[in-house]
Amino acid sequence: MKVTVKLFATLRKYLPPDATGGKAEVELPDGATVRQLVERLGIPQSAARLVMVDGEHCPELDTPLQDGQTVSIFPPVAGG
Amino acid sequence: MSGGWTGRVLRVDLSRGEIRVEPLRTDWARDFIGGRGLGARYFFEEVDPRVDPFAPENKLIFATGPLTGTNASCGARYMVVTKAPLNGTITTSNSGGHWGPALKFAGYDMLIVEGRAPEPVYLLICDDQVTIRPARHLWGKGVWETEEKIRDEVGLPEVRIASIGQAGENLVRFAAIMNDLHRAAGRNGVGAVMGAKNLKAVAVWGTGGVPIARPRDWMEAQWQFRRRLRESPVTSEGLPQFGTAVLVHVINESGALPTKNWQLARMKPDETGSDAEKISGETLKAEYTIRNKACFACTIACGRVTHVSEGGKVRHAVTTSPRNWNLAGEGPEYENIWALGCDTNVDDMDAVIKASFLCNDYGMDPISFGATLAAAMEMYEKGYIDDQITGMPLPFGSADALVAMTEATALRRGFGKELAEGAKRLCEKFGHPELFMGSKGMEFPAYDARAIQGMGLGYATSNRGGCHLKGYSVKAEILGVPYKMDPHATKGKAELQKKLQDSTGAIDASGICLFVGFGSELDDLLPLLNAATGVDYTLDDLLKAGERIFNLERLWLLRAGFTGADDTLPERLLKEPIPYGPSKGEVNRLHEMLPEYYRLRGWTEQGEPSAEKLAELGLDKLRAG
Ligand code: SF4
Repeated sequence: MKVTVKLFATLRKYLPPDATGGKAEVELPDGATVRQLVERLGIPQSAARLVMVDGEHCPELDTPLQDGQTVSIFPPVAGG
Repeated sequence: MSGGWTGRVLRVDLSRGEIRVEPLRTDWARDFIGGRGLGARYFFEEVDPRVDPFAPENKLIFATGPLTGTNASCGARYMVVTKAPLNGTITTSNSGGHWGPALKFAGYDMLIVEGRAPEPVYLLICDDQVTIRPARHLWGKGVWETEEKIRDEVGLPEVRIASIGQAGENLVRFAAIMNDLHRAAGRNGVGAVMGAKNLKAVAVWGTGGVPIARPRDWMEAQWQFRRRLRESPVTSEGLPQFGTAVLVHVINESGALPTKNWQLARMKPDETGSDAEKISGETLKAEYTIRNKACFACTIACGRVTHVSEGGKVRHAVTTSPRNWNLAGEGPEYENIWALGCDTNVDDMDAVIKASFLCNDYGMDPISFGATLAAAMEMYEKGYIDDQITGMPLPFGSADALVAMTEATALRRGFGKELAEGAKRLCEKFGHPELFMGSKGMEFPAYDARAIQGMGLGYATSNRGGCHLKGYSVKAEILGVPYKMDPHATKGKAELQKKLQDSTGAIDASGICLFVGFGSELDDLLPLLNAATGVDYTLDDLLKAGERIFNLERLWLLRAGFTGADDTLPERLLKEPIPYGPSKGEVNRLHEMLPEYYRLRGWTEQGEPSAEKLAELGLDKLRAG
């Protein structure tokens, strides 16, 4: 299956080289989880602080993904 | 009490030209700590809540906290307390930079300005020498030029200046007080109060220090506090590297980014024709940022030094004085980007930065300005106002309109006269009050209250109107600091807001920056406050102080004529569901949170603090009336 991954702030450097605009398509085995995606991209787990799947906050890294979903991953950030 | 506070208050009556130094009310200092709390306590005592904000009888209080000017990380802040020209609330507007510490070094915890000068003046404070000086020659000048001229004139390179630009002089209802060129006591129109008093600037040079009651404990406490901030990835990496602008994507991806005057809640090319990436923190860092910058003693350094004009390729160049960075300035912060870029749907970073710099130089709150312009744009697109009225096309997404209207508003020219009144008056004047997106008369900041339920409760109950800073529940609801809550749920949000509002009251009173809350807890402030002041506060004392401050402001509001009915949100947020994105279908369910919130606060169903609550907080003598 294919998911779209969007990485932000300090995580942009983990995008595959062909990525543009901060996002890329990633091929994963069916039923793969967010954790597998994070590992596949080489992102240290502590750095994947905020994960959203199709905009829904997904605090549980073992959530299985589905084909066509968009996963947004942020490091620890804040602002006001 | 032997430290933290200097124990002295400077009082200046501009009508009579009188300058006095008086001892600080130490009983109030203990109970209200400083900054927002102490300022509000004096204000409550001295100003009739029904006063006209522009009248000489309104006062302008600049209040520091016991940690302001110490070497505690982020001990950089001061508060401006006054009655707000924008919406008639009591406001406590906070700024960083170096001005607050300078006031402490000169030997004062607070400056209280009264009356109205017959002619434009500025105040020069050099330790014990305080003079009122003519400022006719500065009237009409922007903040940046004003600072430069005063610095030259007084011959003190280290002088710190808080001033108003043209917006404050012209009584723009959301004019800001600016210090150190780019730092703002931004909201509610505090700059217009200064303008009404004919006070162009307050220049401060201090040679003293801040007394510390228990120096040995202090050194340990301030190191410990720095360590704490260094250990948190948010305060050691996220904020220094990207500043607050990093939130553009976070909030957009959550479907909580108000767009086109809150008709939509995200920027997406196929829905809004605009792209958040172009005005994101990532783009700001990659293409515009020169370096980051800190306020006094701050080890976080969330500030940005940016430039927009290189190689002449830019449409909206900014020129400031060579000494003031030349083609560079500070910001934009997340809020500026949102108001000037997202709410107006202008995804043009050059224009957003230009407008943000202009707001700093004219001395104007970019949140209220951008939000007011967005409301005008919606009226324009719906045909409620036309070119005849606006003087130029005003569609969403117009970078030219954004830049032109920033200037027109600060100078009150053409349609800018209408914008200068703020969104509520603007929408009412043209017959569409429902398009005003704010509460208690102040425009909301950058978080959609339909997508972040607790923030909606915070907006509705904030004592100064639509504001995120007095109970930033986005922290838990979106950012997961210190724990994560579901932003779409209402359960637990009343408790969350109350707790945050109370702890924020204490932080705001201490003189430290609110952003320490991203890397530490309120109890981390205890050793600092106790070592500095020599008072043995407990965590409970601090929370009580925060609660006391919040209730005091509330009492003032009730006296000024506000009621529980003002604790509400616009119909759009309560009834019009978000049309697209991850928060699709959401409205704010304030009715599920507000009654519980009142209960937790110990307030009546009408939103009035109960007699028992007031007695518990030692406020029983100050009942509303
Ligand atoms: S965190 Fe930012 S706003 Fe706060 S004191 Fe530091 S630089 Fe100033």
